[in-house]
Amino acid sequence: MQFMLLFSRQGKLRLQKWYVPLSDKEKKKITRELVQTVLARKPKMCSFLEWRDLKIVYKRYASLYFCCAIEDQDNELITLEIIHRYVELLDKYFGSVCELDIIFNFEKAYFILDEFLLGGEVQETSKKNVLKAIEQADLLQESGESRSPISIL
Amino acid sequence: MPAVSKGDGMRGLAVFISDIRNCKSKEAEIKRINKELANIRSKFKGDKALDGYSKKKYVCKLLFIFLLGHDIDFGHMEAVNLLSSNKYTEKQIGYLFISVLVNSNSELIRLINNAIKNDLASRNPTFMCLALHCIANVGSREMGEAFAADIPRILVAGDSMDSVKQSAALCLLRLYKASPDLVPMGEWTARVVHLLNDQHMGVVTAAVSLITCLCKKNPDDFKTCISLAVSRLSRIVSSASTDLQDYTYYFVPAPWLSVKLLRLLQCYPPPEDAAVKGRLVECLETVLNKAQEPPKSKKVQHSNAKNAILFETISLIIHYDSEPNLLVRACNQLGQFLQHRETNLRYLALESMCTLASSEFSHEAVKTHIDTVINALKTERDVSVRQRAADLLYAMCDRSNAKQIVSEMLRYLETADYAIREEIVLKVAILAEKYAVDYSWYVDTILNLIRIAGDYVSEEVWYRVLQIVTNRDDVQGYAAKTVFEALQAPACHENMVKVGGYILGEFGNLIAGDPRSSPPVQFSLLHSKFHLCSVATRALLLSTYIKFINLFPETKATIQGVLRAGSQLRNADVELQQRAVEYLTLSSVASTDVLATVLEEMPPFPERESSILAKLKRKKGPGAGSALDDGRRDPSSNDINGGVEPTPSTVSTPSPSADLLGLRAAPPPAAAPATSGAGNLLVDVFSDGPAAQPSLGPTPEEAFLSELEPPAPESPMALLADPAPAADPGPEDIGPPIPEADELLNKFVCKNNGVLFENQLLQIGVKSEFRQNLGRMYLFYGNKTSVQFQNFSPTVVHPGDLQTQLAVQTKRVAAQVDGGAQVQQVLNIECLRDFLTPPLLSVRFRYGGAPQSLTLKLPVTINKFFQPTEMAAQDFFQRWKQLSLPQQEAQKIFKANHPMDAEVTKAKLLGFGSALLDNVDPNPENFVGAGIIQTKALQVGCLLRLEPNAQAQMYRLTLRTSKEPVSRHLCELLAQQF
Repeated sequence: MQFMLLFSRQGKLRLQKWYVPLSDKEKKKITRELVQTVLARKPKMCSFLEWRDLKIVYKRYASLYFCCAIEDQDNELITLEIIHRYVELLDKYFGSVCELDIIFNFEKAYFILDEFLLGGEVQETSKKNVLKAIEQADLLQESGESRSPISIL
Repeated sequence: MPAVSKGDGMRGLAVFISDIRNCKSKEAEIKRINKELANIRSKFKGDKALDGYSKKKYVCKLLFIFLLGHDIDFGHMEAVNLLSSNKYTEKQIGYLFISVLVNSNSELIRLINNAIKNDLASRNPTFMCLALHCIANVGSREMGEAFAADIPRILVAGDSMDSVKQSAALCLLRLYKASPDLVPMGEWTARVVHLLNDQHMGVVTAAVSLITCLCKKNPDDFKTCISLAVSRLSRIVSSASTDLQDYTYYFVPAPWLSVKLLRLLQCYPPPEDAAVKGRLVECLETVLNKAQEPPKSKKVQHSNAKNAILFETISLIIHYDSEPNLLVRACNQLGQFLQHRETNLRYLALESMCTLASSEFSHEAVKTHIDTVINALKTERDVSVRQRAADLLYAMCDRSNAKQIVSEMLRYLETADYAIREEIVLKVAILAEKYAVDYSWYVDTILNLIRIAGDYVSEEVWYRVLQIVTNRDDVQGYAAKTVFEALQAPACHENMVKVGGYILGEFGNLIAGDPRSSPPVQFSLLHSKFHLCSVATRALLLSTYIKFINLFPETKATIQGVLRAGSQLRNADVELQQRAVEYLTLSSVASTDVLATVLEEMPPFPERESSILAKLKRKKGPGAGSALDDGRRDPSSNDINGGVEPTPSTVSTPSPSADLLGLRAAPPPAAAPATSGAGNLLVDVFSDGPAAQPSLGPTPEEAFLSELEPPAPESPMALLADPAPAADPGPEDIGPPIPEADELLNKFVCKNNGVLFENQLLQIGVKSEFRQNLGRMYLFYGNKTSVQFQNFSPTVVHPGDLQTQLAVQTKRVAAQVDGGAQVQQVLNIECLRDFLTPPLLSVRFRYGGAPQSLTLKLPVTINKFFQPTEMAAQDFFQRWKQLSLPQQEAQKIFKANHPMDAEVTKAKLLGFGSALLDNVDPNPENFVGAGIIQTKALQVGCLLRLEPNAQAQMYRLTLRTSKEPVSRHLCELLAQQF
C-alpha cells in the first residue's frame, strides 16, 4: 500500500498515512485530486478505480471515506477488508466510533493504524493483539499521568 | 470500552480542537491558529523549563495544526526531547511528530537516531516497537544507514518478542524498498525464511511480506520458502473456519496471510518437487471448490475475504499458466462473477479475465463470454467497469470475432466517456489492422472511426491507414471510392479531409472513370473543404492539387488558377505561400515526363511496428499490447500486416527506391519537392545524383512524411566528415560480449536486416546497407517496458587493431528512452582494410535506477563489403588456377545443420555477397561464386565453391582469395550458415 487517506464528505482530511516518500506539495496535490475524484462517485459504483499507475480502493463509513492506494499487483478485495478491519479496531477502541472521535483523538487513530499496518503492509490482523498493544500503552499512560501534576492550561 | 477519556489529560488540546471546529471562516481559523502558534512559541522559548506533559501537549497541538494543512517550522527539538522521556505517552507523541514531520536537519537526525538507538537497545518491547515504527514510517536513507545492519539481528534473535519481530520484519522491508543496497544479505536470510513456520500467525503475516520482497532480487537464496509457504497455505486452507481463532475473519481463516502466501508463490515458477506441487494444486482446487459452497455468512466481509483469496488463487494459476484444467475452472468461476450483483466482483472478474485471455489454455473459454462482456460495455453504469469490459474485448479478440468486437466498440464509441475515447480509438484501429481479412473492411473501420470520433483520432491512426493503403494495391481503388463518398458529407472531420486529400492525390485516378467522380468533381469536392481547414491540412491539399495536375492533365488549368490566386500566392503563411509558388512554377515549366517522375506515386512504406501500437503502449504500459504481441495464441496468423509485429523483425528488404545510401542514381522521392527551397527545386529534380537538397527546415509535410518513412538519406560523404565522432570508451570500460553474441552475429552474415537482440527490457533491431567499402546501419533500440530508460548510451568499440581497419561513426542518441518508445541510431561504416573481428556494440542505461549493460557484436563482417563479380567459366578457372598457393586456399568439410535446399543455399550465398556463377562447375549440384572485397586500402578477389553431398548431409566449402587470412575467415563465416 502506498498511502491511506481518511476524509469527510465535506472533503476535510481526517487522517493521512504515507508509505512512500513524497514532498508535502505532492501529498497535498494527491489529496486534493483524490478527494475530488472519490467524492464525485455515486454510491453504487465500484469501490476500485485506476488512478495514475495505482489502484484506489475506497469505502464510505457514515460520513467518512477511507481511501487506500495500492500497487498494480495488490489485491483489491483484501484491501477493502483492511479498511474494514481498521474501522472495527477504531470502533472497538472508541466504542462505536464516530468522526468526532477521530478528530479529537487523532493521535490514537495513528497509533492504532501503526499497530495494524506498518510500512504499508499488514502487520497484525488479530483484533485482540492490536488492541492489547494499545491498551498496554494506555495503562502505561494512566500510571504515568497519575504521578505527574495535573496541568492547567 | 469508552476510551476517549481514558487517561487522556490533554484538555488543552481538546479545547483547541473545539475552538478550531467552531471557527466560522477560514480567516478565523487562521487567526486562532496563529494565536496558538504564538503561545506555543513563547512557551518553548520561555525561561521556565517545561515539564514533559506540557511539552507533549504543545507538540501534539503543533502536529494537529500541521495535519490541518498549515506549515510548522519549529517544535522539532521539543519533539526530539520527548523521545528520550521515559514516560511512554510522551515518547509516543514525540515519535508520532517525528514520523509525520520528518526534517532533514542533520543535527536533528543525529539526535533522533540516538534516541532510536537507545530504545532499540532498551530490551523493553514497547519502546523497541515504537522505535521500529518510527524507522518504518520515516524510512529515510539516513535511518537506513544507521539501522539497516541492526534490524536483521533483532528480527532473528531468539529472545525477541513476537510483536518486536513483526515490527522488525516490516521495518526492514521498508528500508529495503527505500535503499536496497543498505540491507546486507547474510546468514540471517535463511532464518527469516523459517519464520514462515513460526507459531505466531502475526509473525508469519509480517515475515511473508518481507520475504516476498527480498526473494524478487535473490530468488535462489529464498527458494526454500516455496515448500514452507505451500505447507503453511495448505494448513490454512484446510482448517475449519474456527480453528485459527482470532485470525479467522468472518468465517474465513487467515485471509490476509493466505493472500500474502499466494503472492509469494507468484514470485516463482511452479514447484519442481512433485509432492510440493501436488499439495499446492490440491490447495488451489480447494479454494476453487469453496467458491461453489454456500456462504457461511451473509456479510459482505465474508464474501470479500473469501473472494480475495479466490482472485489471488486465480492470479497464481494464471502465473503458472501450465494447468489447463485449473485455468478453465478459473475462467468458469470468473464467468459467474461477470453477472454478479456486486459491482466490485464484476469489475475484478473483467480485469482478471483479461489476463486469462492471453493464455492459450483458456483463450477459448474466455471467448465464450463475449456476449456478457459486450452487454457490460453497453449497460454498466460505472465508467471504470465499462473500461474493463473494453479492455477484455480487446484482449479476447482474434480472427474469429474481430468483426463483431470492432463493430461493438465502434458503437460504444458514439456514447463513450470522453476520458476513454482516445484509447478506444487506438484499440479499434489496432484490432482492425491486425485482424483485417479484407482491407476494405479495414478502410471502412478507420473511416468510421474518423466519422464518429474524429477529434480523438490521433495522427498515428490516420498515418497508418495511409501507409497500409499505399502498400496494398488491392485496396487502393476501394479506398479512393470510399473517401470520395465520405467527403460528400456536408460536415466532415478535418482528419477525413486529410486522409481523403492524400488518398485521392495518390489514387484518385482509379475512380476517375466514373463520371460521378470525374477529376473535376474530385477536385471541386476537395477544394470545397479547403477554406475551412487548418494550415497543415491546406498544405497537404496543395500537394494533392499538384499531384492532380500530373494524374489529370485536364484539371491543370483550374488548379493553376487556384494556385495563382492571390489568397495562395500571397498567403500570410509562409509554408502555404511557398507551396503555391513552387507548385505553380513546377506545373508550368516541367515537361509531362518530369512531372510524372517528380509526382510519381509514393513508394511502399517499409513495414515496421505500427506506431499506433507504440502509442497505446505508451498510454497503458507494456501490458497493453500483450494481446497482440502474444504470438503463441494465434500461431497461424499469416502476418498480413507485419506492422503489428514488434519492430524491425519484419522489415522487408528495402525497395529499390528506398536506397539507404543514396549512391544509386535514384530519383528523389516523389514528394520531395514539397521540402525543397523554391530556388533549388528544379535543380534538384534534374540532378541525377544524390545531390544535397537544401531545405527550408521541416515543413508540416516533411514532418508528416518523416513519420512514415525512415529519415531521408543524407550524403554519405557529409556524414563521414562528421567532425564529432562519439568518443569510444576503451575496451577496458566495456564488459565482454554476451555468451550468445557469436550466434546472434552469425544470423546476420547473410542478411542485413532483423532483430539483433531482444530481452525483457530491450529490443535492438538492425537495418543496414553496404556499397563497395561503405555502409550505413540503422540500429533501432526499443524500450519494451513502461519505464523510461535513463543515461541510455550505445557505443561502438573497436577491439585490438580494428581501429585501423574499420571506421565506424555513430551519431549520439537521446539519453532518455521513454517506455514503449524506440530510438534510432545511425552508424556510418567505412572499411579501411580487411578485418577479422567485428566491432563491439556496448549498450548501457539505467532502468528503474539499476544500471544495465550489454555488449554485442555488431553485425559487420568482412563479407558485407563484397562486390559480386560475374565472369565466364573460362575466366573463373583461369583465376582459380592463379590462386593456387596453399595459403591462398581455405577448405572446410562440415555437416549440414539445416535442411539442404538448393534455393535456400542460393539465397544465402547471394546474401553473403558473392555473385553466383551458373554453368561453371561441371556438376550442376555445386555452387560457384566470385566477388571482390572492397576496402579503402586494397581489393581482395575471392572465388568460392560449395559442394553439397545430400547423401552424407555434408558440404565441402573451398575459398580462394589473394589474401590468406581472408580466405580462412570467409570460409569460417560461411561454413556456419549451412
